[in-house]
Amino acid sequence: MKDQGGIGAKTHRIGGVGRVTGAQQYVADIPVADVLHAKLVTLDCAHARIISIDKSAAEALPGVHFVMTAEDLPQPMPRFGPEYQDRPVMADGETKYHGEAVAAVVADTKDIAEEAVRLVKVEYEVLPAIHTLEAALAPDADLVQDPSIRKPGPNVDSNILREYRFGWGDVDAAAKEADIVVEHTYDWPSQTQFAIEPHGFIAAPDGDGIVVWSSIQHPYQLQKTVASVLHFPMAKVRVFAPDPGGAFGGKQHTKLEPLVAFLALRAGRPVRLILTLEEAFQVVRRTGARIKVRTGIKRDGTLVFQDFENHFLIGCYADTGDRVSAKGSFLSAGPYRTPAVRIVSRAVLSHTTPTHPMRGFGIPQVTWARESNLDEAAIAAGVDRLEIRLKNLVKYGEEHVPGDTPADGDWQQTVRKAAAEIGWGTPVPKGQGRGIAIGLKSGPTTGLSYSTVRFLADGSAIVFSGTSDMGQGARTIYAQIVAEELGIPLASVAVVMGDTAVVPYDQQTSASRSSVLMGNAVLNACREIQRKLKARIAEIEGITESTINIDRGVMRIADREEPIPAVLKKVLGRMGGEVVGNGEARKDALPEHPLGGTALFFEFNCTAVDVAVDQETGETTILRHITVGDVGLALNPVQVTGQDEGAAVMGMGHALMERLIWGDDGRTRNLGAIDYRIPTSLDLPKELHSFSVENADGPGPYGVKGISEGSLLCTAPAIAAAVRDATGVVIRDLPLSPERVWRALKERT
Amino acid sequence: MQAFRYLRPATVEEALGLLEEHGDRARLLAGGTDLVIELRNRWRTPEVVVDLKRIEELRPAIRVEGKRLVITAGTVMGDLEKHPIVLERFPALAEAAAVVGSVQIRNRATLAGNICNGSPAADTTPPLLVYGAEMVIASRTARRRMPIDEFVLGPGKVALGPAEMVTAIELPMDRRIAAAYTRMTRRHGTDLASITLCCGVDSTGTTRLAYGSVGPRAFLVVDESGVLADPKANREKKAPVLAALFAKASPSPTSMRAGPEYRVAMLPVLGARALATALERLGKTA
Amino acid sequence: MTETFHLELTVNGRPRSVDIVASHTLLDVLRDDIGLTGTKECCVVGECGACTVIVDGKPINSCLMLAAEADGADVLTVEGLAQEGRLDALQQAFLETGAAQCGFCIPGQLMAARALLERSPHPTAEEINEALAGNLCRCAGYEQIRAAVLAAAGEVRS
Repeated sequence: MKDQGGIGAKTHRIGGVGRVTGAQQYVADIPVADVLHAKLVTLDCAHARIISIDKSAAEALPGVHFVMTAEDLPQPMPRFGPEYQDRPVMADGETKYHGEAVAAVVADTKDIAEEAVRLVKVEYEVLPAIHTLEAALAPDADLVQDPSIRKPGPNVDSNILREYRFGWGDVDAAAKEADIVVEHTYDWPSQTQFAIEPHGFIAAPDGDGIVVWSSIQHPYQLQKTVASVLHFPMAKVRVFAPDPGGAFGGKQHTKLEPLVAFLALRAGRPVRLILTLEEAFQVVRRTGARIKVRTGIKRDGTLVFQDFENHFLIGCYADTGDRVSAKGSFLSAGPYRTPAVRIVSRAVLSHTTPTHPMRGFGIPQVTWARESNLDEAAIAAGVDRLEIRLKNLVKYGEEHVPGDTPADGDWQQTVRKAAAEIGWGTPVPKGQGRGIAIGLKSGPTTGLSYSTVRFLADGSAIVFSGTSDMGQGARTIYAQIVAEELGIPLASVAVVMGDTAVVPYDQQTSASRSSVLMGNAVLNACREIQRKLKARIAEIEGITESTINIDRGVMRIADREEPIPAVLKKVLGRMGGEVVGNGEARKDALPEHPLGGTALFFEFNCTAVDVAVDQETGETTILRHITVGDVGLALNPVQVTGQDEGAAVMGMGHALMERLIWGDDGRTRNLGAIDYRIPTSLDLPKELHSFSVENADGPGPYGVKGISEGSLLCTAPAIAAAVRDATGVVIRDLPLSPERVWRALKERT
Repeated sequence: MQAFRYLRPATVEEALGLLEEHGDRARLLAGGTDLVIELRNRWRTPEVVVDLKRIEELRPAIRVEGKRLVITAGTVMGDLEKHPIVLERFPALAEAAAVVGSVQIRNRATLAGNICNGSPAADTTPPLLVYGAEMVIASRTARRRMPIDEFVLGPGKVALGPAEMVTAIELPMDRRIAAAYTRMTRRHGTDLASITLCCGVDSTGTTRLAYGSVGPRAFLVVDESGVLADPKANREKKAPVLAALFAKASPSPTSMRAGPEYRVAMLPVLGARALATALERLGKTA
Repeated sequence: MTETFHLELTVNGRPRSVDIVASHTLLDVLRDDIGLTGTKECCVVGECGACTVIVDGKPINSCLMLAAEADGADVLTVEGLAQEGRLDALQQAFLETGAAQCGFCIPGQLMAARALLERSPHPTAEEINEALAGNLCRCAGYEQIRAAVLAAAGEVRS
């Protein structure tokens, strides 16, 4: 049904017209009658004890409704968080990161709110701030979190939030079998998601309930958290989730919505808080990491063992730091056949912005180390860097982590494609270099998505789906599935998302899960419609159901074919009505699994690059960038290309130019767009090509797998490998800025 | 931002009158690409903002007047980067103007504003220093000219009295200096420079080098030995002469854009490249 | 005491008359006073280009222009591209190539592209990259955006 806009069609994005006309409403665009404006009061330091807050001057300003501080909130201070309930609604006696709100002003206009913020007088004592791994792990280090609010455990008197140990085999024994052992430590800096839309929140009292608008990726988890903090029934908390203007993980979980909800309830009117870009940088960031890896191989390149010690510097509240460190580390050894693996992973607290997921979820950080070190081992053994990967890469159906989901794709095919496209083995001109790397990430390990599809009397349909469409094009995918299954034109399908009162539950939008899990839910909803039609037409025509067959929008009844819309008309008859289908997609938790569940699918990527390095200045230019992903099926090829190439460029940014800079005092120095650099149109590789390997071997509709993260999993090691190939220098920290490369070149001579 | 009154005088005299009346409680507004950021962050809190863009005398214009090229104070980077005379006679200035921010910024940022803002990293300062530009300054009583090398004092500081303003920047047309502009940034895309550098040579063998973002202001140094401009002198001979010219560099140890060691090292690298291009351009005009 | 200013300008071909706060930017006034929320706010320091509009024929960052400076000016925003509900060639091309992912940078990209095609109807790929270098896209759909501008330029030619 490609030509009708079904699966595989290069259809226009649903929601595209709104985006090119400016009609698309993001949170900051939504007009809310009678709205008041909120602004946060924050301190210009990382860690402080609050001595007093004098609101009087601020509250005396005409147009100011009130200034809320911790004392105005319920006692004890409500706390929340996706894994640990450690984040206070507002700083309570102490700020733990640069940008944590100590007060919130509510006023008639943005200008008045801004003015009032300046009038709030906070007396505070600056405390030492921990913002490095060394400081956090020092034996006498101050504790970022008081043991009394920590979950009981062996690390509660340290800044280690959680330690995980994964692995199999006996690494120490295996080490004796290795011909070559290479050990190095690799650093990945903290970075920021930098969606072009800063976070925005609106809350409005609604009878005995509340309505919340947020640029949130997980509306149902937000609903649950707000309900819990306010002690409202969930049914009385309605979350509107407009399409976020980019998220990249940074809008997954609740942040300032509970505060804005309290402000609205106190004001008795809607309250709106739209963050500045600088505030967005303070509210979430990506965790940096230090990865120590030992790689042991035989002389012919066969892997013998891999040994990892991974430290993730997370923020002052756990947020998702535990999960990122666990899930990122679990696949440290990569898609390789490794007899013995040991992984120790620690999430370490610090007085910095709480870390929040970012595209890749810990995998890029670990992949940086693993792939770079594998290259070192290959070079030491004199084995070709492509060959060492192909030699150790597991085959389709083979386990790379014993007991977990085996390889779900012909990954050799992906790697060979990348190698062929870059011309691996062909000569590289002087001053240039070539690198190749592999990335592997697991999709979700548990999941639950519901969808409802209403098949209306005229053969059009409405799909209800709780996914957040933040640019990946989810809306379009679901419409394509419905169009395919019900045999109707894409233009006849409407998609309703982003309203918890109307749309059934979806666990979350993350982990590249939506095409598979919500896709299957939508598919199942369509199948239920098909079943109902089948049963009813069998009744009407007096035939047995077993003689009826439905496939891709067409019904075969005995010896004739009928399009489903025609069947619908017969079934509904003169009374009309509609046929409703509900679908569920579920992956249950496995409590005994270290991650709580096996991988539903994998994102597998191979990236190969050619670079030129100006050896006088250290400037790196990407000449050719090849990215290949094992996607199962490209439901919408245009969207897949957009996501893959976008991720590739984002990954290039992480490798070449992105890092958050903290001062000695723990304050974030490069807030905002001037000193945090991301790629512009002038920074693109001279040639960028993305390819999809499609073997329809995924668990989603028609064999689809999740995509969107693959292309940035291994960009950094691929680029660094190419820089090494061009210059001979090895760099084990990022970004590979001109200065960094120059320094490495200088130190070599 | 803090509230202010917005005024738009019709003449230079009117504008100067406002400066006299309000003193340091008034700020001049040209392109706004620096000032609006300062206002929003409350780094400046004027009571009066004086928009210069209605003043006929200051409207964007690049014209030859006798032996000078006159660039009015309202002229924006976008005008400079494609003007035929600038491209032909003062290409280093066109090169610098072309990298000030994005197209959107260049449609607004004025040359005069860029200089008066006094950033040590301003791209246009080094070419203007090399070409020997003069600032035309108006006060209520007089108009005066001042070489740019005396005008730029330090970070955010220029030699303007309280009731003075720049009305034009002039470049001498009666000498030919072949020059090239280059800079160092963190990415290929638009960026603030961690080094700005312009090198110019003339037929007498004099080399002028101006470099910025490595100290409180951009520096102009002149080499009259003739070594740098000598096409027959090799790299080894030029290197020590070049290195000596960068002695004034004192880059900030805390800058986020680049560390001091890197900047010091890049100066001769960029210097040599700009010198080579300047010599090429000199050869073409000879 | 907020200073007000009486602003008269043309927006998308329509005369507008607004009493504004003198210190508000053109971005503020377009979004909050005139209600045209298509133009977006992001960095407010002239780095990201999300706020790009065309004023008197030139693309500028509306976050760095005081609204008062636009008195008497002719302003074109993304809402002014489509005519009587019909998308223009650029908008169509953006849909064709899939250039709009999350869409937040797209109004700014469209305005920068529109201004480019007005001054240079048949730009090269390099010229497009240069003209749009002040428009950040974090979804990084730059290749699709550039392809759309090339396609629209070709369309105008034929």
